[in-house]
Amino acid sequence: MKLEGKTAIVTGASRGIGRSIAIELAKNGANVVVNYSGSEEKAKETAKEVEASGVRALVIRADVSNADDVQAMLKETIGEFGSIDILVNNAGITKDNLLMRMKEEEWDQVMDINLKGVFLTTKAAARPMMKQRKGKIINVSSIVGVMGNAGQANYVASKAGVIGLTKTSAKELAARGINVNAVAPGFIETDMTDELAEDVQASMKKMIPLDRFGKPEDIAKAVVFLASEDADYITGQTIHIDGGMVM
Amino acid sequence: MAEVLDRVTKIIVDRLGVDESEVKLEASFKEDLGADSLDVVELVMELEDEFDMEISDEDAEKIDTVGNAVSYIESKM
Repeated sequence: MKLEGKTAIVTGASRGIGRSIAIELAKNGANVVVNYSGSEEKAKETAKEVEASGVRALVIRADVSNADDVQAMLKETIGEFGSIDILVNNAGITKDNLLMRMKEEEWDQVMDINLKGVFLTTKAAARPMMKQRKGKIINVSSIVGVMGNAGQANYVASKAGVIGLTKTSAKELAARGINVNAVAPGFIETDMTDELAEDVQASMKKMIPLDRFGKPEDIAKAVVFLASEDADYITGQTIHIDGGMVM
Repeated sequence: MAEVLDRVTKIIVDRLGVDESEVKLEASFKEDLGADSLDVVELVMELEDEFDMEISDEDAEKIDTVGNAVSYIESKM
């Protein structure tokens, strides 16, 4: 197995893409820290699915925008597993609104979790990774961070910021054997896309050359690749996983 | 004093691959011992482990010579 004996932290792993990433890492042999901030029950469900692959799961509550929480999470992870080899920064929220209607707190909350959170976890995990001279950091951005999207100024800015942060951390940490990459999912089948009216779904699919929405597993498999030794020569990149929507 | 200096010197020699004779109190990590910024960050991390102490980012920024490192550590012991 590609990730046998590795330890991974997945932030925001209680549901959606984060859960899928946690499960896929586990299938490839990694022990997984299932981080959540709100839904403990869902996080425990993820942990059960992780353990079904015969690896260990550790559920940790931490608000990624809080430096003390993040430090404590890293400490607990290393105490339990002895190392941190893979960090997947997936935790994210949306607070959509038109620019002209967007409240300052809507901007700040999204920036705090989606962008500052990546900074804090990267900083905390880079320390043990630097000592190990090895590590993989994978940031979950979004295709809208590349193309822009009306009604999501805060979210788009945060996800574009994640791409810039990915490139900078890749440059700073390369000399220490740490690879930092991002994935930029397009439209992925989740509870959110399920709720869209059929004609809206159809018009969205027209923008996608592969003519379908993605599945969370499509993202998770790319993350496993980037976390593995197969991707040792890849750093600072953003992989679009969007059915060809943005080229 | 001597004991702290010895332990600090050993870490610097290991980490930066310099000769022990170059590790003088007034030696600057970057200018005299060939360290880059990231080397200094790592050096501080190793000092934290060696002496079992936490060095804040603010304090770490002030540690730029061997002597600074030694006197900082002694002040916290």
